[in-house]
Amino acid sequence: MSTVVETHDHEGHHGPAKGLTRWLFTTNHKDIGTLYLWLSFTMLFVGGAMAMVIRAELFQPGLQIVQPEFFNQMTTNHGLIMVFGVIMPAFVGFANWMIPMQIGAPDMALPRLNNLSFWLLPMAFGILVSTLFMPEGGPNFGWTFYAPLSTTYAPSTVNFFIFSVHIMGISSILGSINIITTIFNMRAPGMTLMKMPLFVWGWLITAYLLIAVMPVLAGVVTMMLMDINFGTSFFNAAGGGDPVLFQHVFWFFGHPEVYIMILPAFGIVSHIIETFSRKPIFGYSSMVYAMASIAILSFVVWAHHMFTVGMPLAGELFFMYATMLIAIPTGVKVFNWVATMFRGSISFETPMLFAIAFVALFTIGGFSGLMLAIVPADFQYHDTYFVVAHFHYVLVPGSLFALIAGAYYWLPKWTGNMYDETLGKLHFWLTFISVNITFFPMHFVGLAGMPRRYPDYALQFADFNMLISMGAFLFGVTQLLFLFIVIKTIRGGKKATSEVWEGTRDLGLEWTLDSPPPHHTFTVQPQVK
Amino acid sequence: MDSKKTIKNLTTLAVGMFAFAFVLVPLYDVFCEITGLNGKVTGTSTLSEESLAISEQRELLVQFITRNNESMPWHFKSEKSQMRVVTGNQYDAIFVFHNKTDKAMVGQVIPSVSPGRGADYFHKTECFCFDQQYLAAGERIELPVRFIVDPALPKEIGSLSLGYTLFDITDRIDATKEVAKL
Repeated sequence: MSTVVETHDHEGHHGPAKGLTRWLFTTNHKDIGTLYLWLSFTMLFVGGAMAMVIRAELFQPGLQIVQPEFFNQMTTNHGLIMVFGVIMPAFVGFANWMIPMQIGAPDMALPRLNNLSFWLLPMAFGILVSTLFMPEGGPNFGWTFYAPLSTTYAPSTVNFFIFSVHIMGISSILGSINIITTIFNMRAPGMTLMKMPLFVWGWLITAYLLIAVMPVLAGVVTMMLMDINFGTSFFNAAGGGDPVLFQHVFWFFGHPEVYIMILPAFGIVSHIIETFSRKPIFGYSSMVYAMASIAILSFVVWAHHMFTVGMPLAGELFFMYATMLIAIPTGVKVFNWVATMFRGSISFETPMLFAIAFVALFTIGGFSGLMLAIVPADFQYHDTYFVVAHFHYVLVPGSLFALIAGAYYWLPKWTGNMYDETLGKLHFWLTFISVNITFFPMHFVGLAGMPRRYPDYALQFADFNMLISMGAFLFGVTQLLFLFIVIKTIRGGKKATSEVWEGTRDLGLEWTLDSPPPHHTFTVQPQVK
Repeated sequence: MDSKKTIKNLTTLAVGMFAFAFVLVPLYDVFCEITGLNGKVTGTSTLSEESLAISEQRELLVQFITRNNESMPWHFKSEKSQMRVVTGNQYDAIFVFHNKTDKAMVGQVIPSVSPGRGADYFHKTECFCFDQQYLAAGERIELPVRFIVDPALPKEIGSLSLGYTLFDITDRIDATKEVAKL
């Protein structure tokens, strides 16, 4: 009897496979998107736990909880995991879920490659995190791994780190090739480039940046590998190399990387603001050109990370002005968001709250970036907590807020259930308050001269550091509430309509699908007018 | 739907950028040479015809700085800490290397001239800086640097410093030998 039942469900509609193999062998963009998002969510708590160790140690002056060697491993791995393991995979997860649905494609262009891109990542982070349990400890040279700290003076586990960066790089490059190929070749008929949703535009530009700079990162770690193991002297002055070269090559990757982590966020925030302002985005084409100019400029500003290394005056002036130039397209975007909200009939659901907080707080991060771009001032700010405040303002209330906002915005679409609005608002306010308690005072201690990356500090910084730590603990605990809300939404809740939010049907193809969308969508491509 | 072409182009771009990372290494050297950054002394060892044609001479101070990298145990000093020189004339400066340890070692010095813009005008006709120095246990040697300061040196540079950093490359030499044996 059972055999009869089994043969029944073959052709026609076939849903996802059952059990673990569904996730191991999946080539479905929605499944892979989910995998990316859960990996990133998991790594958020791993990297977050490291931040908690850092803040616990810095709660009071003096050494109380961990040894300096372990503290260094915590700062290094916190940075590496948050950048490569949380922000980047989360955006790739959004790309996987949303790009095919927004451009009316049945799936990604290269579904098997997509599976490989994802499964490389748990390997990479498995390797990276495993170094922490090795006798010599994990990487301890800062997430920027400057030579010779990361070559001559590195623990031997640096080789695991290099291998893991290589794997992450391959994953990102494969993912980007997939995304660009999908966007260029699989758009629904009628969807011209300038009709694409802004999230798709953000990702198209990001994917190009990734393909351009991830190989440079692979190159720089390969040079380290050869210096450490094969006796070359790329960064070793004794053999005619130059440690400053490391910084140039690293930041040639590193600065575009900064925009890799924010351009998709710009896309997400644009969609949310237009939805909850009930107005189409103001200045669509200027938004696209702004993202493109930011991406192009990002290749000629790298040396602003290393003004103090010793550069000719002309070089410092060039990099200073080029950096400040980026404020113009970024300003265009901020003004466009504000103009979209202007005279809109705004409602303040959780995604909108996070998006508005993004605009306000990301702008603060942008302004401190402008301050850092001023060469004479940078000599004072360099490697202080002011820098820490700056990049946390653009990454946490910037990229991470956009990710959280995007999750609330599309969760009803993904799961078919509305999230709990009361809990969502509670999550927002706790996050908003704690993020500012954590990162705002860092500006003050930084300006007063507290250097970054030390397990201890001078006594006059004690009060602010205690405040920062308390904010950080609150922020950490609050994200457990987010985990709870996400799980609660997956398990049930008020059923979402296919439109989910009022008036979204005109905003994007994803809102024409059911909530949750069927396993396979757009097998027949829609016509875009 | 011509995905193959897109994939091919993108793959080429990725491979090209990996190669570009390595091209940055010589590019960086060229850039430093052009700008005189890092005080890299790679200029010619002789005066150009135009410089020789400048008959006007002036006096300036050349200072010598010696320094040991990390734990390099050798004694390394210049005989004089500074010299008054006249542009266009040739001078010798003597440097002393003393391996005080009880084992044979190999060292190498890396030069740097500051201000960086002066590097192109400091011509070394003889220098130990590009050789690896092998010293037996307890051995002491004196080596000269023969140099000419170019008469074309910009007026605003009133003195030049020649800095030498001595590196211990014994391990590296041993490592290369072992690789060569394979």
